[in-house]
Amino acid sequence: MEKSINLAPPATQGMGALKKLLRMRETGLILIILALCIGMSFASPYFLTWVNIRAMVMAFAVEGIVVVGMTILLISGGIDLSVGSVTALAMVIAGWLFLQGIDPWVASLISIAACTGIGAFMGFFVTRVGLHHFIVSLAVMVIARGACLLFTGGRPIGLFTLPAEFKFIGQGAIGPIPLVIIIFLIVVLAFDFMLRRTTAFRKVFYTGSNEKAAAYSGIRTKKVIFLTTTLCSALCGVAGIIYMARFGSAQPTFGLGMELNVIAAAVIGGASLNGGSGTIFGAILGAVLLSVVSSSLALLDVSVYWQDIIRGSILLAAVSIDHYLNKRRR
Amino acid sequence: MQDDVILNISDLHKSFGAVRALRGVNFELRRGEIHALAGENGAGKSTLMNIIDGILQPDSGTICWNGTPVSIASPTEAQKLGIGLVHQEIALCPDVSVAENIFMSATNISRRLLMDYRALEDRARSILGQLADIDSAMLVRDLPISHQQLVEIAKALTLDCKVLILDEPTAALTEREAQILFSIMRRLADQGISIIYISHRMVEIFDNCDRVTVFRDGQYITTQTVADIAPSDVVNAMVGRVVDTLYPDKMRPQDCASDRTPPILDVRNLSEAQRFRDISFQLKRGEVLGLAGLIGAGRSEIVKGICQLEGDVSGDISLNGTPLSIRTYGDSIRAGMVYLSEDRKGDGVFLDMSIAENISALDLGLVGNRVGTIDAARETDLAETLAAKLNIKYGRLSDPVSSLSGGNQQKVAIAKMLSVDPKLIFLDEPTRGVDVGAKAEIHRILRDLARSGVGIVVISSELPELIGVCDRVLVVREGQISGEVSGEDMTEENIMHLASVLDAADAQLQSA
Repeated sequence: MEKSINLAPPATQGMGALKKLLRMRETGLILIILALCIGMSFASPYFLTWVNIRAMVMAFAVEGIVVVGMTILLISGGIDLSVGSVTALAMVIAGWLFLQGIDPWVASLISIAACTGIGAFMGFFVTRVGLHHFIVSLAVMVIARGACLLFTGGRPIGLFTLPAEFKFIGQGAIGPIPLVIIIFLIVVLAFDFMLRRTTAFRKVFYTGSNEKAAAYSGIRTKKVIFLTTTLCSALCGVAGIIYMARFGSAQPTFGLGMELNVIAAAVIGGASLNGGSGTIFGAILGAVLLSVVSSSLALLDVSVYWQDIIRGSILLAAVSIDHYLNKRRR
Repeated sequence: MQDDVILNISDLHKSFGAVRALRGVNFELRRGEIHALAGENGAGKSTLMNIIDGILQPDSGTICWNGTPVSIASPTEAQKLGIGLVHQEIALCPDVSVAENIFMSATNISRRLLMDYRALEDRARSILGQLADIDSAMLVRDLPISHQQLVEIAKALTLDCKVLILDEPTAALTEREAQILFSIMRRLADQGISIIYISHRMVEIFDNCDRVTVFRDGQYITTQTVADIAPSDVVNAMVGRVVDTLYPDKMRPQDCASDRTPPILDVRNLSEAQRFRDISFQLKRGEVLGLAGLIGAGRSEIVKGICQLEGDVSGDISLNGTPLSIRTYGDSIRAGMVYLSEDRKGDGVFLDMSIAENISALDLGLVGNRVGTIDAARETDLAETLAAKLNIKYGRLSDPVSSLSGGNQQKVAIAKMLSVDPKLIFLDEPTRGVDVGAKAEIHRILRDLARSGVGIVVISSELPELIGVCDRVLVVREGQISGEVSGEDMTEENIMHLASVLDAADAQLQSA
């Protein structure tokens, strides 16, 4: 009896420190990523080479732009399943317009505008008609994919005549760093700053945390949700254009399953499906983790089919830990 | 006579933390009688009913069923004894049929593998037949509220109960439906079923019940045969209490503005299609104005309408002599009119966000700089200043509001209101769920604000609070202002008279 009393305080203290560390999600994610990288560097000499690191970053950089949009949308309390097909549609629209003889830059702007319009369309159904994000974006996911196939007849559009300046967006580099990564970093840093510091984005948190309380604070919550929905699709448009420049083609079937990756990254990074919480930094770390895991499994010659199973398990584990810690805090 | 008593409750106590909801109440129910239970909001009626239905357990006291002491551990046990409770709030499954709802508990304990919907609907039809013309195959969602209420009652009737508890069943019913309900109640009583009938409406009690028991502040006051007393006696018993001196001083002469300064708020002919009509009143400088009325009378709706929070209102509103033309609640905040919601957790605060972030929510411009970024130092300053002013007890300003006590959460919500230096604050149930100490502090803060020239309008269901805090009270009844009391006339009796349809009851009783 007495022993247990004596032992109790240090034990709980240790638990508290561990929990505190775990609670800081970004720290935890960085530690996990570092551990994975160190482990992998022993398992495969190729892992920590510049070529592989660049490949890993390239693998999530463009998708990372979509992760930014999704995170902001999740914080406002929404969700978007259509990101993959809207990204593909951005490629297809721009590629098709280019083949009609339109300047690729103009075609890209029109395409991004069209994606923004799709976001506004979804925002309209959510805020004015009163439907759930899930259903609206599920419908748009299918519609946009259908539009992609309609435009292309289901075949990829080769865009061999794209001017070199345009391809430079997706293929060029400034010094050793690919331009894609630079664009990605600019988008991430800009939105991370805005989300943390600007009054406009603070309203996104208020709305997602408690929509009614936000409305009772004079915040036009429908406008906020409309705008976050629109922003997410607009960023899909940007990502689609970069992909097109990178691949030199427009692929109607591109981005299948992208929504799962993107939502998983945001949620692993701390965004709540109930709205009100999440950070860009955390979401990007989530994307990094998923990418490092994929790369590791590939290098270890693990079957591609295992990769999905492992990715899903990581998501489940991350969300369970989070839920547990949140419950303990209450 | 004793054999006639089916349920006898004596010396029942029940506390929730520091709140003593029941302090030694007695209640006696005879076989085949309709027994009214009357009392103000918070008198302990619902607590007692929840104890009888096994939802809550008493701290001490005895419950005798047919003369034998029992302990009712759960609603299922209450059901076994033969007790059916119809809650005030409708608790039906909206997406399944009326019949399935009525037989929900029967289905729950049924051992049959398949549902026999046709038999269910037939049986439901025969039970509903005596109540109203409701198609038992319809979805509950598609029924008007009054019919949903009747389905609730039908559900209780299927349980073969000996005691039926009806908690304000007529609140959602039309006059005709209520009359049908009363005739059914009488028929059930003639069959030997005892009914406990909870209502605010004196006319219903005096027209339909045999006896009435009155509670006040968790205490048993009296039980009388309806034939022996007058409605006003019941009202007096419900409220007859001296207001204690916990409240701050009233308005002083120097607080009043000269006659020539315009009132802070001047509302004329404010109407809304569904919920209120022709509301006109003024709020003078230095005055704390109360809005009283029964729940659902339209108090909150009126002030939300003034602030443009909900409803499509028409009428003229002037703030400090300037006519307002506002279209959104944002406009109202900018004009200096703010509303503190009655449901703190639901829509008053952001529970998972920090104290500082909560306080700056009304106007982020206060903590932002010109380019639209938030200045963390200014946000902390604002929160610190207001937290000190309102004496908020907190650990760190970055802690989530959920970490605070109810009283301190409410003060954060008030700090949020004060952050924009409002000219006028509407406070809806400002001390609901707040402990006694914080309550007195909030009352003092309201008086201080009024003295400094901020308009204060308080909505409260607690009459002692209104009388203690306000200089003048407007009473709302069925969407209209039915009267105004101030000074010596500001008594619970007067307010209750104006709030309930007692005058009509008196007139009816006299003519009968």
